[in-house]
Amino acid sequence: MELTKESLQIVFASATIILGTGIPAFAIGKIASTGLEAIGRNPEAAGDVKSTMILGVAFAEAIAIYALVVALIIKFV
Amino acid sequence: MHISIAAETVTHFLGLPISNSLVASFLTTIVLVSISYFATKNLKEVPKGIQNVFEMIIESLYNMIQDVTDDKKKTHNFFPVVATIFLFVIVSNWMGLLPGFATIGFYEEVEGGHEVLVSFLRSANSDLNTTIAIAVISVMSTQIMGIAALGFMKYSKKFLNFSSPITFFIGILEIVSEVAKMISFSFRLFGNIFAGEVLLTVIMTIAPFIAPLPFMAMELFVGFIQALVFAMLTLVFMNMAVMPHEEH
Repeated sequence: MELTKESLQIVFASATIILGTGIPAFAIGKIASTGLEAIGRNPEAAGDVKSTMILGVAFAEAIAIYALVVALIIKFV
Repeated sequence: MHISIAAETVTHFLGLPISNSLVASFLTTIVLVSISYFATKNLKEVPKGIQNVFEMIIESLYNMIQDVTDDKKKTHNFFPVVATIFLFVIVSNWMGLLPGFATIGFYEEVEGGHEVLVSFLRSANSDLNTTIAIAVISVMSTQIMGIAALGFMKYSKKFLNFSSPITFFIGILEIVSEVAKMISFSFRLFGNIFAGEVLLTVIMTIAPFIAPLPFMAMELFVGFIQALVFAMLTLVFMNMAVMPHEEH
């Protein structure tokens, strides 16, 4: 395997996307699980907990999207 | 198969380049304005037909905003910007899936020497310019709502607080956080829609029949979720901005 710009692009784009989606996936799972536990303990606060949880998930997902954009830039530009 | 992150110019108008995503956002605006014209013609007390459909949409948006703010006056103030952001983003995302977007165009010479297809229409939010524009509007409206509700001196105390070195540092951090919100809003929407376009382009290059269908369904879902997230985050930040700074 030769060390050209193309091969480096492939390697680093895949590394970016592997780490960049694995870690946010774990984070979103943790946020959702804590949210569900909170709803289970206090069903009255379900509306509040639900909106906060969606907010937290949106922030964590944005990080995964940044990683995707960087991977696309590495691969295609 | 040619994928470019920047939107390609289609024509020039009075010396300014017009890109294909700009044409698509004009189209979105025309669609929204004509829908609202037809929905509000001959308003009836008991709605029927198209007026009924749009009363449902407006009412569910209003209820969603009311659930977050719990205050009729705040809902009344926040509703225009939040609902406009939601409607513009969802209509432009869904319109980007129609046939003709990214497929009908003209051939243009590119630096490599070979020809690429430049399409006349490209999903409006797959251009970073559009999403940065919406993000700036959202963050600036939040500041304006905060100043209108609290007054300029009290609102600027959230950012420039000279009572102690720690609160000064926290205030500077708040300013940085506002800029980070602009970047985060724009890249979230851009990343989702642009990645969806790339995905559909790749799938249609490999297997253009039947196989793109589940990806199209996912793009419908993603377009809706991104519009919802953008509008809800704008709403939550506006709500936080009009809250007076509580003493610890």
